[in-house]
Amino acid sequence: MPEKEVLMTEDISLSELKAKPKYSLQGESNLNLPDVIVEAKNLSVFYGPNRAIANADLAVREKSVTALIGPSGCGKSTFLRTLNRMNDSIPGIRFEGKVEIHGLDIYAPNINVVTLRRIVGMVFQKQNPFPKSIFDNVAYGPRLHGVHSRQQLAEIVEQSLQRAALWDEVKDRLDKSAMALSGGQQQRLCIARCLAVNPEIILMDEPCSALDPIATAKIEELIYQLKKDFTIVIVTHNMQQAARVSDWTAFFYMGKLVEVDETKKIFMSPAHKQTEEYITGRFG
Amino acid sequence: MRSVVTAQDLTLKSINWKESFLTGAVMLFTALPFLALVLMLGNILLEGGKVISWGFLSQSPSGGMLHGGIFPCIFGTLMVTILMILMALPLGIGAGIYLVEYAGQGMIVRVIRAAVNNLAGVPSIVFGLFGVGFFILFIGRSMDSVLQTGLLFGQPCMIWAAATLSVLVLPIIIVSTEEALNAVPQSHRQASMALGATKWETIWNVVLPQARAGILTGAILSVSRGAGETAPILFTGCAYFLPHLPVVKLFGVIPMVNPASQFMELSYHIFVMATQSIDPIKTLPIQYGTTLVLISMTFLLNFTAIGFRIHFRRQQGSLH
Repeated sequence: MPEKEVLMTEDISLSELKAKPKYSLQGESNLNLPDVIVEAKNLSVFYGPNRAIANADLAVREKSVTALIGPSGCGKSTFLRTLNRMNDSIPGIRFEGKVEIHGLDIYAPNINVVTLRRIVGMVFQKQNPFPKSIFDNVAYGPRLHGVHSRQQLAEIVEQSLQRAALWDEVKDRLDKSAMALSGGQQQRLCIARCLAVNPEIILMDEPCSALDPIATAKIEELIYQLKKDFTIVIVTHNMQQAARVSDWTAFFYMGKLVEVDETKKIFMSPAHKQTEEYITGRFG
Repeated sequence: MRSVVTAQDLTLKSINWKESFLTGAVMLFTALPFLALVLMLGNILLEGGKVISWGFLSQSPSGGMLHGGIFPCIFGTLMVTILMILMALPLGIGAGIYLVEYAGQGMIVRVIRAAVNNLAGVPSIVFGLFGVGFFILFIGRSMDSVLQTGLLFGQPCMIWAAATLSVLVLPIIIVSTEEALNAVPQSHRQASMALGATKWETIWNVVLPQARAGILTGAILSVSRGAGETAPILFTGCAYFLPHLPVVKLFGVIPMVNPASQFMELSYHIFVMATQSIDPIKTLPIQYGTTLVLISMTFLLNFTAIGFRIHFRRQQGSLH
């Protein structure tokens, strides 16, 4: 994996963020655990008068997969979108508490949202490739960030498509429309497009909910590969998927973060009754 | 008592008359506009066709406006339309982008949107009077007094005629731009933003390329509307007769359209030939010929633009 690109000079706060030594959770006794990279501290999110998330504390560890589960409307997607500030444009939204990445509050006024989103990439529920060629889809991000040499772009595109396990299927038709790909291929293309800007953290919002089981299996396999290099936070409605792909699982219910722990512990012996009832399918 | 349906009841002969009458009537109503168009175009084609010749298209009027051609009118119409679209397109697209991408749903935006829609319903003669009051007397006169040029911009001329027309077609462009932008899926904007694009980068790289065809439709409609209008330019720049084309030599060499000059124009020419001529009966062939040229030019402009639109659609279609 290549070195992360050096950030632009004007993004002082974020280069500071990069330089900051990583730290472990306070009072953490188990030193073998990976470092915390994203941490929500007492986070509440309001849509107008409605509270979508109430006082959530959640730490996401580096190079691991964290699954957010819970019934519809429980706040898990809102939480996910809080991490790259995709919620900002919703009228009447309000945040309380903190979200820190490498210990830096991303809701601080001096944060450059555009740079934040380069570090925290996102894959959406419905595959949304641009009506451009496969090449141009993947090259979109790098071009935005100033890469213009054809050769350099070609390298990034090939590398990203390979990492997204799509290269072999599309290498002969890079100039063809992305819209001609199958649903599963389109979603992997969206993942490649996200990888092309070399993020540290990838947010996935139910990335398989519009796909058939075979395409889903491919994406899950891909997530397993990607966590070697990236930190992944995934929202899913599928309990088996959460159990299969994630290292950590957070259960949300009615805006509250009920429980967060290692996935095997959540699925084998959850601490809360609500969690157990949800994962065994008694509600939700 | 149980009613029995007989074979006679099932044939419903009496109602058939009413049905076929109504069907025939609505078919006739549908055919009428088509018939009107065919009659009108047919008449113009027949009568106008007799007049059209290379001389008619390339010469100036002569012999007390009873002879010669209409070249200055063709030139004037082309130039004023081009000038109009150059002014209206950036303004209208900009306003459309603002309304869809930036404005949100506030009170002020609703008022602006209502104003735009109402602007589309204002009679065109009102635009003409507005052009005189605002562009010529206010802006033109102010420019003259600031630039110390004497009476140059403070009188009817091409630039104000084009400006007046551009206000007239602005609502068409704004509304079609809005529609085109709204048709671009929100998910594409989100994908772009999530890759670290700024709002403007997203609009420029993702939204506008997809909206091109729709925006062009607005441009097409506005060109056909603007090129055929008489009332807005009646007071703002048209001339009955000009001995020279409204052209100046820039630095004495490069010929350039003089926006501060009056101009002759096709639709206005038809109007003056029919109402102000020494002998309106004698000018009838000229009127027909001019009308044919005006209609053909509008069609030609339309077809060019439709061609562009098909091209863009296909380009995008191959990407869908």
